[in-house]
Amino acid sequence: MSAEILNSYLNETTLPYPFCPGCGHSMVLNQLDAVLVDLQIDPHKLVIVTDIGCVGLSDKFFDTNAFHGLHGRSMTYATGIKLANPELKVIVLIGDGGCTIGGNHLISAARRNIGISVLVFNNLNFGMTGGEHSVTTPTGAITATTNYGHIERPLDICGTISVNGAGYVARSTVFEKNLPELITEAIAYDGFSLLDIWELCTAYYAPKNQLNKKSLERTLASLNFSTGVLHQEIRPEYSHAYRTVVTEQEEEALEPEKTSQEQFGSNLSKEVDFIIAGEAGKKIVSGAAAFSQGALKSGLWATQRNDHPVTVQSGYSVTELKLSPEEILFTGTTRPDVIIVLFDEGLKKVSPQINELCEDDTLYINSDLLPVETRAKVISLDFTKAGKWSGKKRLWCVMALAELLRNTNYYPLEAFQAAVSEQKRFAEDNLTAIEASEGLISFS
Amino acid sequence: MEQILKVNGSKANREFINGADAIVRGAIHAECDFFAGYPITPATPILLQMVNELPKVGGVAIQAEDEIAAIGMCIGAAMAGSRVLTATSGPGISLYSENIGMAIMGEVPIVIVDCQRMGPATGGATTTSQGDIQFLRWGTSGGYPVIVLSPTNVVECYNLTRKAFDLSERFRVPVFLATDKETVSTNVTVNTADFEAVPVRERNLAAEGIDFIPYRVGQASDVPDMAVYGGAHILRFTTSSHNEKGYLTKNRDDVGRLNEHLTEKISAHIDEIAMLNTDLQSGADTLIISYGVTARSVTEAVRLARLEGKKVSALTIYSLWPIPERQIREVLDGYKRVLVVELNHGQYLREIERLAKNDQEVIGLSRVDGGLISPSEILEKVGMR
Ligand SMILES: Cc1ncc(C[n+]2csc(CCOP(=O)(O)OP(=O)(O)O)c2C)c(N)n1
Ligand code: SF4
Ligand SMILES: [Mg+2]
Repeated sequence: MSAEILNSYLNETTLPYPFCPGCGHSMVLNQLDAVLVDLQIDPHKLVIVTDIGCVGLSDKFFDTNAFHGLHGRSMTYATGIKLANPELKVIVLIGDGGCTIGGNHLISAARRNIGISVLVFNNLNFGMTGGEHSVTTPTGAITATTNYGHIERPLDICGTISVNGAGYVARSTVFEKNLPELITEAIAYDGFSLLDIWELCTAYYAPKNQLNKKSLERTLASLNFSTGVLHQEIRPEYSHAYRTVVTEQEEEALEPEKTSQEQFGSNLSKEVDFIIAGEAGKKIVSGAAAFSQGALKSGLWATQRNDHPVTVQSGYSVTELKLSPEEILFTGTTRPDVIIVLFDEGLKKVSPQINELCEDDTLYINSDLLPVETRAKVISLDFTKAGKWSGKKRLWCVMALAELLRNTNYYPLEAFQAAVSEQKRFAEDNLTAIEASEGLISFS
Repeated sequence: MEQILKVNGSKANREFINGADAIVRGAIHAECDFFAGYPITPATPILLQMVNELPKVGGVAIQAEDEIAAIGMCIGAAMAGSRVLTATSGPGISLYSENIGMAIMGEVPIVIVDCQRMGPATGGATTTSQGDIQFLRWGTSGGYPVIVLSPTNVVECYNLTRKAFDLSERFRVPVFLATDKETVSTNVTVNTADFEAVPVRERNLAAEGIDFIPYRVGQASDVPDMAVYGGAHILRFTTSSHNEKGYLTKNRDDVGRLNEHLTEKISAHIDEIAMLNTDLQSGADTLIISYGVTARSVTEAVRLARLEGKKVSALTIYSLWPIPERQIREVLDGYKRVLVVELNHGQYLREIERLAKNDQEVIGLSRVDGGLISPSEILEKVGMR
């Protein structure tokens, strides 16, 4: 906003830092301030996102936008902020503790290459809660929760995100001279950047493990963790890539697909409840949907509930349908008036309901599946009569429903045909199948 | 009664859609422009439609790495100026929990859809339930209030989604849409003429040029003006107990003032939030109370009872939280017997018991096997069959 040169991004009124004497956090924050002064980023366009922990106190000292969020989740807030407004510069200050609980977010943010810069204040333990081990604590270390020596191996944060899409990855100790350059590069990078800064928690980790500037470097070396810029790659930044991908799509806002105005009449005087029992991949759901749309076109109200096993491509596909001249309030299962059984998988699923049918009810059933025991009126469907369509099992559902309409006249067949023609993809086949379906049924 | 979002029976503009379709449409018409979610039955269709539709209106929709990230992204985006929605089911609400608290603390306008399925835990993914009603209210630490609206049908999914956005802006608080598997995934005929164009509320942004204090309010019950990242003011947002400048504090005056404010900004405005519908019959001794999908069965049961000359009244509650206590007490007055119908073990029943008078008999009808409570079960319970 303002064109004036800023000499510091720190807020005098909130200083001094509350950290323990010698704590690495103070040193990193001073360096960060110097880099911001160097880069002169507009504080209105800069958001510092912090995590929980001692490091989480940091945003308070900056006169910029700030977001102080939950433990380990700062990457998620930063991602939301950047996605909502790609113009913003978003810097995340997180501890090794935050990287422990939020590891998945770290990897996911790297994979996306979302344009946020993450500075890890890595003091090898949870400072704020009293020096417990973190995901970066070296093997053998003594911490509040590893008094007998740590037996887990530390996570190589940089290595992990380098092989998982991060655009810029660097590691440094807080004592290294080129830390400001690395901070600058990380912040200037347009994509996901991370700088893993190893430092001292002078209250816990350092005294317990005799860690100082020298031994910190030795620890890094013993782990084979090099410092400096470790990885750089050029990939599209996510918030911009997202916008590029989606603007290639048509810009048409969501509108009703089609309003099914009443075009046909119906004589249906009371609610009729159906079950269509088929099997996966046989167009039961779409056939039933066309049947419902046909009902709408005839001034009826409809409901449709589909059921299938979690593995959608196998097993039964059963749809419950209701048609009524009035609004249907109760959409739940009731004893159906009509059951249509097309395939064996469906028959197995609905045989309890078939058992409950009574004399006034009707069972339409594929003649191959006969005989079945039932009190209901049985109408068999002989698909072999459908000529060249007889082998096309995907069309059996619409064929059966067409025959049902011819037989019952719940609503005009023309309404069903009109609904089928609107289902663009299979309209032609379905319409021909409906014609071929005439005479499939016989009464027993 | 208070505000009623009504369904009427005209034949114009009928469509065959489900609650998920209606929620998506309502959200887009409410100018939602950010969505993040994680797939879970039965909320997945909302995610699928949002990732397809939001870009077409200039918005962003993303599948996050988990539910914690989904709500985290939404909160970040909200503070950067977006109108945000997320949708999940019970297990996802469990993972949202800590961030729900942060949204309360930081005063974030956010709409959260809970497509309730059978619990506990993974429960029944494709089985309907109303088991999250207390969980939504008390599902984060501290016990601070949120708003929960519950649509009874597909049309109300649209209307209450729009209302939820309106209330989230008005009060800067998480607003839940408590719906269920049956309502979001069963296709039904709706009259789009019944969709209500709840006006889109402008975000209450602090004026330019003033000295902006992010959490300053006049009275405890006021809602602070907002600023967003990249806007006219520098904004501090925090999950911690804070003073009006957004700085972490332990100062008892500041902390007390903050926490009273978070409660009072909702409790002082219950009348503004309350949404109920009554269908009272004079001379009736029995009142049937319900919400969500169950209310449809109650409506049908009441119709059937009256056809047989029996007298019965019904109360539908749309704004479950904050509880519209005064309004409910007014309706309860004079009934000998009150039946609360719900797909859980009496979660709202306990609230009604609390509000009823000692001489009123309050009973519950619950069902937890995954089936809906049918009109005939209700009639049986009140001896009208
Ligand atoms: C969900 C949750 N679990 C636990 C805590 C407690 N907690 C506060 S800070 C912290 C560890 C912080 O460690 P680190 O991120 O390394 O920061 P440091 O204090 O070392 O700077 C923990 C576990 C919390 N705030 N939230
Ligand atoms: S406890 Fe450790 S991390 Fe926290 S301020 Fe002290 S030295 Fe720094
Ligand atoms: Mg740490």
